[in-house]
Amino acid sequence: MEDWRKNKGAFATFLGPASFWLLVFFVIPLILVWVYSFGERGPQGQTYLALNFENYLRAIEPIHLGIFWKSVWIGAISTAVCLVVGFPVAMGIAFAPSRWKNPLLLIVVLPFFTNLLIRTYAWIAVLRTRGFLNFGIEWTHEKLDGLATLAGFPEAMGDFVPLELLYNQYAVIIGLVYVHLPFLILPLYATLEKLDRSYMEASLDLGAGQWRTFFSVLVPLVMPGIVSGALLVFILSMGNFLVPDLLGGTDSLMIGNLIAREYGAARDWPFGSALSFMIMYPVFIFFVINAMAARYRTHKRAAA
Amino acid sequence: MTEATIRPPRRRRSRSEINPLDYLKRPWMQLTLFLSFLFLYFPIVTLVAFSFNDSKRNITWKGFTWKYYEKALNNDSLHDAFVNSMIVAGTSTVVSTALGAMLGLALHRYRFPWKGTYEGVAHLPIVIPEICMGVAMLVFFNAIGMKLSLTTITVSHIAFTIPFVAVVIRARMTGFDVSLEEASRDLGASEWQTFWHVTFPYMIPGLVAGALMAFVLSLDDFVITFFTAGVGSTTFPIKIYSMLRFSVTPEVNAASTVLIVITLSLTLVAMIVQSRWAKGRQQ
Repeated sequence: MEDWRKNKGAFATFLGPASFWLLVFFVIPLILVWVYSFGERGPQGQTYLALNFENYLRAIEPIHLGIFWKSVWIGAISTAVCLVVGFPVAMGIAFAPSRWKNPLLLIVVLPFFTNLLIRTYAWIAVLRTRGFLNFGIEWTHEKLDGLATLAGFPEAMGDFVPLELLYNQYAVIIGLVYVHLPFLILPLYATLEKLDRSYMEASLDLGAGQWRTFFSVLVPLVMPGIVSGALLVFILSMGNFLVPDLLGGTDSLMIGNLIAREYGAARDWPFGSALSFMIMYPVFIFFVINAMAARYRTHKRAAA
Repeated sequence: MTEATIRPPRRRRSRSEINPLDYLKRPWMQLTLFLSFLFLYFPIVTLVAFSFNDSKRNITWKGFTWKYYEKALNNDSLHDAFVNSMIVAGTSTVVSTALGAMLGLALHRYRFPWKGTYEGVAHLPIVIPEICMGVAMLVFFNAIGMKLSLTTITVSHIAFTIPFVAVVIRARMTGFDVSLEEASRDLGASEWQTFWHVTFPYMIPGLVAGALMAFVLSLDDFVITFFTAGVGSTTFPIKIYSMLRFSVTPEVNAASTVLIVITLSLTLVAMIVQSRWAKGRQQ
């Protein structure tokens, strides 16, 4: 790596245009939202600049705090499910023979490249009252009913009542897991792949079982991958707007829907801005901590 | 001694003989992978399959038909939305590939004060929830008095795809041997010539992959577009959204399938390009 002062002209040429674009069309808009979050809503839905914390106070009123809390909760559950489902998959691929790795990875990432909206929509057909899942259950029910009748208990199974699988928070969780699974599998795979296997071999040789090796050796070693993947999935799940919008019902209004409503029908931009920054603050705090930790590690290495 | 006598007696492979770290050979692992892949593919495959189903309701299979594709093709507003999407994705890909490539190269090459912070901010569009970026763009365009149109969508798409391109280019440059540039300079080439004849050709696979990624991201984007699209600037995903809000018909499936086929083939091309070049480098 070169020092930037060695060739200031080239440095500015390469870094300048993208910096300009991101500054004007990303950083300034974000700052604007931040400024708006202290503003006031006019009678016609205009925004007046001001300096009050009313929007934030409103955001922590019980009704909004409840939605916020629900988003955190749904985000946390989705992340946990993603971890439980994604870890074995990442492990299976990372420990696969090398000729199998790329095909398996491709299978995992391909759905990720299809449209988010379409992937969410696809679940409607699976989960709705006359959807594939209920169809499968009904079929099983019918067969079981037939068996029960044969066995001499014609009333044993009762009538089939389709399950209400769509438009509730379970559907939202399924959708969020489905949409974000690759975000967890990929970083986990990357860390597992780089892992020095001799640690695991040593543990197994020294008499620890597979489970013990897994929890006492493997998991601590890949913790950075787990944390970064899980945090990304958590942030994206918590702030998701499309999945609860399409698959959720009245019980699963999330912070993203609330923001969209304030910017849309309710036309209260200052409040919407405050809500949007309620998601952004934790993200920023996390990044600052992360950057400080990285700086600390390099300083320690330099000192050693 | 013949070979046969050295060979150990053949035994039945027992479970304990599987290498303890060869998890893929274990039935429970195979079952887990199979179920996960089923989970990943079942919804999409059924969606595609039922776009060919000769029935208005997406439940039982009534026979094969192309009629929903014909219907989608003759749907003027869907057609317009598709053209809009292509314009937006094409324009934003060109700009974001150029800017993102320069950014990736600069981050790869230079050391400068506050670099960590700079990188953190530049990569924010990847990590913040899309809705936050969407409303930020809406607020911004409203504040500067710009009417929402294809231009505002394109500008936003460029902003959020730049970091993705930069990441791809940076990954590509990690394999670059700086001594090639030094040799070129030693042999009398100017900095400019060195860039175009030595560095740039090395970047090309990264540029192709980055451009395809930017195109797919832009073509697929819903949330940011939702907030930056105005009247008359409907893109394909926005159109699909309004169709499925109205009613879920096989026509929506047909339109979705078209989008899936386009993005998947572009993604596959990008992957093939990258793996070809990776192989070439090894030889």
